[in-house]
Amino acid sequence: MRLTLHVWRQDGPNSAGKLETYPLDGIEAEMSFLEMFDVLNDKLTVEGKEPIAFGHDCREGICGSCSLMINGAAHGPWKGATTCQLHMRAFKDGDQIWVEPWRAKAFPMIRDLVVDRSSFDRIIQAGGFVSVNTGGARDANEILIGKETVDESMDAAACIGCGACVAACPNASASLFTGAKITHLGLLPQGQPERDRRALAMVEQMDLEGFGHCTLTGECQEACPKEISIDVIKRMNRDYAVASVRYAEPKEAVGAG
Amino acid sequence: MIELKSNIPAGPIDEKWDKHRFDMKLVNPANKRKYDVIVVGAGLAGASAAATMAELGYNVSCFVFHDSPRRAHSIAAQGGINAAKNYQNDGDSIQRLFYDTVKGGDFRAREANVYRLAQVSVNIIDQCVAQGVPFAREYGGLLANRSFGGAQVSRTFYARGQTGQQLLIGAYQALERQISLGKVKMHTQSEMLDVVVHEGRARGIVVRNLVNGDITAHSADAVVLATGGYGNVFFLSTNAMYSNVTASWRAHKRGAAFANPCYTQIHPTCIPVSGDHQSKLTLMSESLRNDGRVWVPKKQGDHRPASQIPDSERDYFLERKYPSFGNLAPRDIASRAAKEVCDEGRGVGPGGLGVYLDFADSIKRLGQKTISERYGNLFDMYQRITDENPYEKPMRIYPAVHYTMGGTWVDYNLMSTVPGLHVIGEANFSDHGANRLGASALMQGLADGYFVLPYTIGNYLAGVKPEKVDVDKHPAFTDAVNAVKAQTNRLLNIKGKRTVDSFHKELGKIMWDHCGMARTREGLTLALEQIPKLREEFWSNVNVPGSGATLNQSLEKAGRVADFIELGELMCRDALHREESCGGHFRVEYQEEGEALRNDDDFAYVAAWEWTGDGQPQRLHKEPLEYENVKMATRSYK
Repeated sequence: MRLTLHVWRQDGPNSAGKLETYPLDGIEAEMSFLEMFDVLNDKLTVEGKEPIAFGHDCREGICGSCSLMINGAAHGPWKGATTCQLHMRAFKDGDQIWVEPWRAKAFPMIRDLVVDRSSFDRIIQAGGFVSVNTGGARDANEILIGKETVDESMDAAACIGCGACVAACPNASASLFTGAKITHLGLLPQGQPERDRRALAMVEQMDLEGFGHCTLTGECQEACPKEISIDVIKRMNRDYAVASVRYAEPKEAVGAG
Repeated sequence: MIELKSNIPAGPIDEKWDKHRFDMKLVNPANKRKYDVIVVGAGLAGASAAATMAELGYNVSCFVFHDSPRRAHSIAAQGGINAAKNYQNDGDSIQRLFYDTVKGGDFRAREANVYRLAQVSVNIIDQCVAQGVPFAREYGGLLANRSFGGAQVSRTFYARGQTGQQLLIGAYQALERQISLGKVKMHTQSEMLDVVVHEGRARGIVVRNLVNGDITAHSADAVVLATGGYGNVFFLSTNAMYSNVTASWRAHKRGAAFANPCYTQIHPTCIPVSGDHQSKLTLMSESLRNDGRVWVPKKQGDHRPASQIPDSERDYFLERKYPSFGNLAPRDIASRAAKEVCDEGRGVGPGGLGVYLDFADSIKRLGQKTISERYGNLFDMYQRITDENPYEKPMRIYPAVHYTMGGTWVDYNLMSTVPGLHVIGEANFSDHGANRLGASALMQGLADGYFVLPYTIGNYLAGVKPEKVDVDKHPAFTDAVNAVKAQTNRLLNIKGKRTVDSFHKELGKIMWDHCGMARTREGLTLALEQIPKLREEFWSNVNVPGSGATLNQSLEKAGRVADFIELGELMCRDALHREESCGGHFRVEYQEEGEALRNDDDFAYVAAWEWTGDGQPQRLHKEPLEYENVKMATRSYK
C-alpha cells in the first residue's frame, strides 16, 4: 500500500520542531507499525538523511518503550494494544497518517518522537514498593491471598509504564499510572503496612512532577494498552483521602538501649 | 594467559554452598559503605543484585541503556519460574530440580552450580511474594503451579503470561526503593562500551550517554555485568531489539574468557516469519504446551485447512516420538522434531515452515473460559500478529532463536577470568549446560542477583582495599575513554553505502543457515570464510548518519553489530570444534536415529575462549566437567 506520513521532527529539547511529510510505498498489511518505520528509516538513511528517533525495544507490547500519538490516538487505533503491536492492516492504501510524540509538561522532549519519562520512576521511588530486604521472607504459602484479590491486583500490576494515559489525558494527569501501583500493592496483604504512606507520597510526587489533576474524563482507560480500569483512580483517591486524615509520621524512638 | 579455576568448594554437593557461605570472608557493616560497586544492566539479575547489595550497605551505581530500569528484556518472559517447593505434593525436591536441570542441559553444566540454583530456588519465591508479586493463586489462597518442558512435576510459578514482567517489577521496585534511600545511583540511557582493567583487576567502566553523546569513565572496587544474552546475533530472534553482546564482548577483549558460545537455544513455539520486513520474532510461551497439542499432516503437501484433516491423518509427532513427555519434551528436542517434519515437506502455512499447536481438545475438555483464563493474553497477542483466531483455528508455530546458554565464563563465585569482574544472569554461561529448561532463566537470574552474588562479591571485596580513583587523570581510565571516542568517530566517518541493518541481516542469515538448528562441518567452514569478509566490508562501507553528540540510534546499533560480527565468528569456531551433538548444539554428522549423539570421552568440558587480539583466532581453554552425583547418560524423554 502507498501512504503519506506526517512525522514530528525535532533535533533536541531546545530546537523548534515541525511535521515533515514522507510519502511511502510498498507497505504490506503484515508489517507492524514500527516495521513500517524501519522501512522509512532505511529509506532516509540511504537518501543521506537522518532517520527518525523513536522509542521501542521488545516489539511485543510489554516493555513500555514504544509510544507515539497516531492520528491523535495514543498507540494508534487498536484498543488494548501498544504501537509495536499495531499492524498495518489497520490502514488502507492512500491513507494519511500523522505521528507525534507524547506531549506533557512532565515528559520533556529528547528528540523527534522520544520523550523523557523518568518522572514515572520518581513516582515509584516515592513509595511504589513494599519495604522488604532480601532474605528472611517467610514461606510464600503462609500468606494466603484469595484468587479474586490476586486477580484484581494483577489487573493493575499489568501496567507497562508507557505513559499513554498521560498523553491521552486532556490534563496530562498520571493518575492511572499512579493509581495502578497504589491498587496493585494496596490490595495485597503485603502492601498494608505502608498503604497510607505510599498513597500520600506517590500522589504528592505526581503533583511535584508537574502532572495535571484528574477530572475523570476517562481518556486514559481508553488509551491504556493493558486496559487498566479507571477504578484504580477511585481507589487512589480513597486511599489518599483516608491517609490524609489518619496518617502521622512515625516518631523517632528514643531511650532504647 | 588466563587460568580457569572453578573454585568449586570441596565436600558433598548438598553441603557445598552452606560450607562456602561460612568459609567466605565478610566485610563488616561499617566498612561496606566504603566500597563502590558498579552494576551494568537492570534486568532480573542486575536489578535484584543492585538492590540487594545496596540493602547490605555497599555504594552501588547502576547503568542501563534503557530510559528506565523497568524496560529490561526480562520483562518479556512469559511462562513462569521454577522452584523446588513441592507445593503440589507430586514428588518434587531440590534433588529432582537439580537432576532435571543437569539432564535437561545434556550433561554440559557444572553440577555444583546447578545444585546451588535448585537450593535457592525456594527462597526466590518467598522473596518475590514478600515484595508483592501477584503470582497466580488457587481459590483457597495458596499458590498455583503449572508444568513446563523437561519435567514431570508441576513446579512452575506464574503470573498469567506475564511472569517476567511481574518479577522484574518486583526487583525494579526494590531497586527504586534503594535509589530513593540514596544507596543506588541510577544512570539511565548510558551504554557501557568498555571495562577498565588496571593492575589485573576490573576497576571501572566507560559509558556513552545516549542522549547527549558524552563519553565518561566511572570507577569502582568491583564491576558486575548483568547484560543478558546474545541471541540477536541471528538478527531475527525473540530478543528485544536492543538486546546485544557489547558489554560482554568488550569485557572479553579485556581478558574475560567467553564460554560455550555455540550453545544457543532455539525455542520451538514462536510465531512464524511473515516476510522480509520482519524485525523480530514473537514467542508463544512454552506453557501453552500444557494444553496445546503439536501436529502436522501425515501426508506431504497436504494443504487442506486444519479443520478438514481428520484425526487419523494427523501426526502428533511429539506424542508419537516421546510418549512419556509428549508435548512437554524439552525445547531443543521439540525444535528439532518440528524442523524434521518441515524438512520432510509436512510443514503448514506459507513456505511450509510451521507446525500446528492445537487447543481444540483442551477447549472441548475444559471450556473456552478456562483456556482464556490461562492463556488469554497470549491468544490475543497471536491474533494481533497473525489475524487468525486461535480459539477457532490451531496456532501455527515454528522454532526461533530465544536464549543463549553460552556467555562469559565465571567461577563458582560468578567471577570472570578478570578479577573483580562478576557476570550474572543470562550473560554468564554457568547453569544451563547445552540446553536450558523452560522457566529456568528467571530462576537463574534472580538466584544470581538476590542470593548468590551479594554473598560472593563480599568474599572478593574483603580481599581488596577500597580505593577511589580520579578517573579524569588516571591513565587506565583516560586511555579507555579515548579508545571509545576513537571507535565512535571511526564509525561515524566511514560514510559508506550500506545501512547498519543490512549488515546485521546478512550476518543473521549466515548464522541461521550455518550455526542454527543444524550445523555441519562444511557449513561452519563456509561461515568462517564469509564472516571475516563481512567484517571487512562493515568497517569500510557502513553508513552511520548523524553525529555523536545527540541521540543517534544508528550509531548505537552500529557498535553493537560490529561486536555481533566478531562474536558470530567465535560461535562458528566453537561449533566447528565441538565434534558432537549436545542440547542446542546439533552437528548433523553426530546423531543416532535422529537424536543428538554426545561424545563424553572427548567433549565433557566447558570451552572457554581467550581473546588474543584483533583478527586473531581466540585461544581455547578447557574446564573439565566432572559428574559425581548424576550419572552421565544418553538423555531420553521417550
